[in-house]
Amino acid sequence: MKILSVENLSRAFGGIKANNNISFEVEEGTILGVIGPNGAGKSTLFDLITGYTKADAGKVKFFDKDIFGLTPDKISNLGIGRTFQKLKPFADQTLLENVMIGSFVKEGNIKKARDKALEIIDFVDLIEKRHHFARELSTGQRKRLEMARAMAIEPKLLLMDEVTGGVDQKTIPGLVELIKKLKKSGVTIVTIEHNINIIMEISDNILALDQGERIAYGTPKEIQNNKQVVDSYLGTFDAA
Amino acid sequence: MSEKLLIAKSEPLWNTDKKIISLISGLVILLFALPHFGLNSFYLHLMIMIFMHAVMAQSWNVIAGFSGQISLGHGAFFGIGAYATSFFYVQYGVSPWISIFFGMIFSGISAVLIGIPMLRLSGHYFAIATLLIGISFQVVFQRWDLVGAASGLWVPMTSGDSWLALQFHTSKMPYYYVFLVFFLITFYLVWILSRSKLGFRLRAVRDDPQAALSLCINVSNYKIIAYVISAMIMAPMGSLFAQYILIIDPDRVFNIEISIIVLLITVLGGIGNVWGPLIGAAILIPISEYSRIYLGGTGGAVDLILYGLILMLICVFRPDGLISLVPKNILERKKQR
Repeated sequence: MKILSVENLSRAFGGIKANNNISFEVEEGTILGVIGPNGAGKSTLFDLITGYTKADAGKVKFFDKDIFGLTPDKISNLGIGRTFQKLKPFADQTLLENVMIGSFVKEGNIKKARDKALEIIDFVDLIEKRHHFARELSTGQRKRLEMARAMAIEPKLLLMDEVTGGVDQKTIPGLVELIKKLKKSGVTIVTIEHNINIIMEISDNILALDQGERIAYGTPKEIQNNKQVVDSYLGTFDAA
Repeated sequence: MSEKLLIAKSEPLWNTDKKIISLISGLVILLFALPHFGLNSFYLHLMIMIFMHAVMAQSWNVIAGFSGQISLGHGAFFGIGAYATSFFYVQYGVSPWISIFFGMIFSGISAVLIGIPMLRLSGHYFAIATLLIGISFQVVFQRWDLVGAASGLWVPMTSGDSWLALQFHTSKMPYYYVFLVFFLITFYLVWILSRSKLGFRLRAVRDDPQAALSLCINVSNYKIIAYVISAMIMAPMGSLFAQYILIIDPDRVFNIEISIIVLLITVLGGIGNVWGPLIGAAILIPISEYSRIYLGGTGGAVDLILYGLILMLICVFRPDGLISLVPKNILERKKQR
């Protein structure tokens, strides 16, 4: 079943077409990787889908529901979670409090919300840091915090913006495992990722963007062999 | 389920130190007993002003400290409260105990009407807009004949002390208890609020509105909710103050100084912390009252200079307010091990 259908989504900033007629679909229970050079319009695409930026034209459907033009809080309420490229933790609150703000969405009772938040924190393997303030956490830990917080609203679809960006090599495998674990738990994932090895490993399908245009969509294998993708983005992929 | 998770789940929800709870209980008992230790009228007045300003600052703390909107016109809600009780008593003989709620309702409605357009503005713009709103209330009431225009309202005095009319002429002690009870109730409710789902969501709005949106939080609505709660905390203090002095006029109850002092108290004590307004009021109000006594009529200006100085020192050395001198793990829920 299609969980997300995007049709001819467009947005221009002045003369720059940040997203131009982007269309794709995501099957429930899969991972879609979004790749493209800097400025390709990947984060804009996330902002358009989640309502943070108003699209000029297009259609966005979540299952059968038209979510085009809805506000971000309404969209998240339907079951679409997201993380941010530029991390946005609630810095002056503890990790537990950060995640509780998410778990309060589905759980009004404070004890139950706390316990659910703890389970998710355990899931992302940060249970020992639960009473630390978000500002005290490392970048890798803050990425996990954002994932945990987004998971706490029990999303059916999770949009993750550069989970492995800006974290050290040692931390990456853990984050990748986490994404796989998340998929196993039944969450559909759309992830922006610069690390090609990771995206090839985890994705069921890949959407490649360049300068606001969709240049390819297909399985990792198809993308790997797509000449346009190789030329504009992957470059030395074959050699690597 | 891992062992660590089980341990985490077995922890109490809030790590409030037992010593602190006993300290607070002791303090409450002491405050109830205090007038019986022979406090003279001045000290009763001083305590009343501390209670009143602590609640007023708490009101400001809810909007600024919890939801992150700096309001510079909060005096408006104080004035609305003052006028609500006085007007309905003067015109219709309604007991202040009832019209206190009118004041809260009018303040709440005003907060919605002001909040819907204003809270779309963020940061400095909201602050400037509220500053002007605050002043405009003063100007409107100065010209509004129904409520006595510039000369204000004189509350007719009862022949003796009257709980029904909330007037006490022989001693300030009843006022002390009335203000004390309102102070305790307000602080208790705000303390509960800070630990509730609503409190969590308001802090999310304050810390990062964008992230809050991604967690199903309608940021604009929550800002308005905070503004309304804040206004409804402020109004009863205006009402009680009007009963305390029995003569109100726009220059007194809509004075911009009210909006400024609640800010100073909260910042001094600790913005965003439930106890901050109390600490701030307990320090600033005595300074203000004593400087007025010792420096005569001009004392009013000297205490403002002192406030400025204190505020500067706080901003430089203790940006989180004096409450930050108390280790966090004692007061609240923080790190346990």
